[in-house]
Amino acid sequence: MKKGTTNVLVAGVGGQGVILASDIMSEVFMEAGYDVKKSEIHGMAMRGGIVTSHFRFGKKVYSPLIKEGEVDILFAFEQLEGLRWINHLRPKGKIIMNDNKVNPPVVNLGDMEYPKGIPETIKGKFKDFYLVKGTEIALQMGDARAANVVLLGAMSMFFEIKEDLWLKTILGVLPPKVHDLNRKAFAAGREQVQLA
Amino acid sequence: MKKVMTGNEAIARGAFEAGVKVAAAYPGTPSTEIMETLGKEYKEIYAEWSPNEKVALEVAIGASLAGARAMSSMKHVGVNVAADPLMTLSYVGVNGGLVLVSCDDPELYSSQNEQDNRHYARFAKIPMFEPSDSQEAKDFTKLGFEVSEKFDTPVMLRGVTRISHSKGIVELKDPVLPPVALEVRKQTAKYTMLPAYARVKHGVVEERLLKLKEFAETFPGNRMELNDRDIGIITAGISYQYAKEVFPKVSYLKLGMVWPLPRNLIAEFFKKVKKVIVIEELDPFLEENIKVMGFKPKGGKNLFSLLGEYNPLIVEKGMLGKKFKPPEPVFKDPLPPRPPNLCPGCPHRGIFYMLKKLKLVATGDIGCYTLAAYPPLASLDTCICMGASIGQAHGMAKAMGDAGRGKFVGVIGDSTFLHGGIAPLMNIAYNKSYTTIILLDNRTTGMTGSQEHPGTGYTIRGEKTHKIDFVELGKVLGIENIREVNPWNLEEAEKTIREEIEKDSPSLIITKGPCILLKREFKKYNKPLVIDSTKCIGCKSCVNLGCPAISFQKVEGEMAVTKDGKKRKGISYIEPTLCPGCHLCYQVCKFEAIQSQEERPVLGFDTM
Repeated sequence: MKKGTTNVLVAGVGGQGVILASDIMSEVFMEAGYDVKKSEIHGMAMRGGIVTSHFRFGKKVYSPLIKEGEVDILFAFEQLEGLRWINHLRPKGKIIMNDNKVNPPVVNLGDMEYPKGIPETIKGKFKDFYLVKGTEIALQMGDARAANVVLLGAMSMFFEIKEDLWLKTILGVLPPKVHDLNRKAFAAGREQVQLA
Repeated sequence: MKKVMTGNEAIARGAFEAGVKVAAAYPGTPSTEIMETLGKEYKEIYAEWSPNEKVALEVAIGASLAGARAMSSMKHVGVNVAADPLMTLSYVGVNGGLVLVSCDDPELYSSQNEQDNRHYARFAKIPMFEPSDSQEAKDFTKLGFEVSEKFDTPVMLRGVTRISHSKGIVELKDPVLPPVALEVRKQTAKYTMLPAYARVKHGVVEERLLKLKEFAETFPGNRMELNDRDIGIITAGISYQYAKEVFPKVSYLKLGMVWPLPRNLIAEFFKKVKKVIVIEELDPFLEENIKVMGFKPKGGKNLFSLLGEYNPLIVEKGMLGKKFKPPEPVFKDPLPPRPPNLCPGCPHRGIFYMLKKLKLVATGDIGCYTLAAYPPLASLDTCICMGASIGQAHGMAKAMGDAGRGKFVGVIGDSTFLHGGIAPLMNIAYNKSYTTIILLDNRTTGMTGSQEHPGTGYTIRGEKTHKIDFVELGKVLGIENIREVNPWNLEEAEKTIREEIEKDSPSLIITKGPCILLKREFKKYNKPLVIDSTKCIGCKSCVNLGCPAISFQKVEGEMAVTKDGKKRKGISYIEPTLCPGCHLCYQVCKFEAIQSQEERPVLGFDTM
């Protein structure tokens, strides 16, 4: 990747593991020798609201927040949340998106529609686009919570950081009984990008 | 050793490295994780959740007077609660070092106001440090204890949400042994603020402030970074990082100590650069105090907003003015918003559904249930501060007299009630109100992520302890009518509320439903409910509960007619992965279109 600071915006819905994923990235890139900063907002209701996490790494990082329009990678755990933050992406930025939809309340109430064809809409403007079946794969493996590890697997394909470091860091924050499942989830995520 | 830490974790680490012995707090976003970290990771330190911030600070004061280093942490509005002891603590000073951490919340991510707590340092005439990242959060916390002891003063450490909840790399050190011996000594003139002693102490405080001004001149956290001399930015805290990101080549006077300010250093900076701009979130605290010294910055709040949180783009816009070019948005269509919501299965939902049905005005309080102000429930009508619901309901009753009976209630959570609700509830009985208060006892401090309190029966470290009995408490305060209800049973809730609001003596209705996320309180969750699509007529009764698990899906063609030939625009759908089976929707459906998967329908849960 480029020499300066790299900016990753992780976006999703409360309860999807957005913060855990960006925590893991922070650990991995610190261990790989970078300065790192990350920032997010949580509070209010524990589930269901918008969650974004700014993650930055480089030689020296000042602001924990990414300047609008300078996101290098938009890492979206949900389609609508991917679209919501798309204006923060650089013109030639990369998008890694979980193929998953979570209805916001206004859609549940039938007052607004969930936007149709989000992946196609985004792909029309941003070519560097990867749709990952994170939630689907995690559900097949029997635990929806592993979706964020599938997505991290996909993310890991874009950096020259050893797979071992990713896995060691991920398993380090998870209880031993789910290690096997998450090893598989991570590997499945990596395959998603090779296929693309 | 290096570690990636949030600002809050770094403050906790700083307390540990400084040899803190006692730490007390009340949870409040964005400060909560400071005490959580102390509770979980540093067993050497005595940590507690106090019932409120005033008590927390008083606990820290006592520990300090006994010679221990002590810390108290709270959100910005928590300092309002603790302001009473704080103002006089300034006179008393300390024995062991004392640091009060105030976590402000620019942008009101999870707060009821956007107050700038730097004013408290000036108001109380005490020093304040403001870190700009996690490393400084740790360093300044440690330094706070040294300065506290050296100058015999409490020290405030002020952070903002973006410091508390951002992570950065922190260099860890070993803990030090504090210099002061533990002992409880009589020092009446120092510790007992009778007028005669306090008068003397006021003079001591003013002298101390002069010494602190001298200290600020040499404090290494106040530093000049001289580059291009055309522009010099005076800034502190998180704003420094935003400015440095966007304008790396200009000169900086970066203040780590925001009160009192270093006059000579500021004068020197004004001499060295051509044009000075002050960048700070919220109030023009630095700007005004610099102007009072006689300096004339070219920019400050004339360029930057008084409102909200800054970010690199806002700082760039303020600095460049008309030359600023905003990034061109790629997509401009409005998107469905996603406000925070009460969880599926939340015990508060049924009560607010009922308040809406009964068309009651509800004076409200601070907690997850404040979200019931949003549609579709839209049944919480006031929110001011912790415990305010009860006094307001009483005030309404006294203003309206008999005409108000049956028209309103007060609602308050368990943690909030123990924080600030006991005195106002006592007042209702004492001053003969007819007011009905609904105590939403979900057995935790929910909004901040589930912390223990005196009503849960556990300490911060999970040890069993005395558990408040709300019924008994209500009785001793003099409340005549006390009822307990299952908040997932709508019929029971409706009957109880209807009966109590008509009475001419005060009532306390206590809901017996734990927070749905509090696993230890549930023997099991229920099976998800299922919509019978042949019976659903699309009336939206269940949808209007505002449960995230229930959605309304439009139907066309054959699907637009029920089995009985009734027309429908859509049908409800229950997402099985989200539904814990509370059965509220089952109760509101008049068409038997929602089916229980339990052997027989249950209203709520089998709880501990």
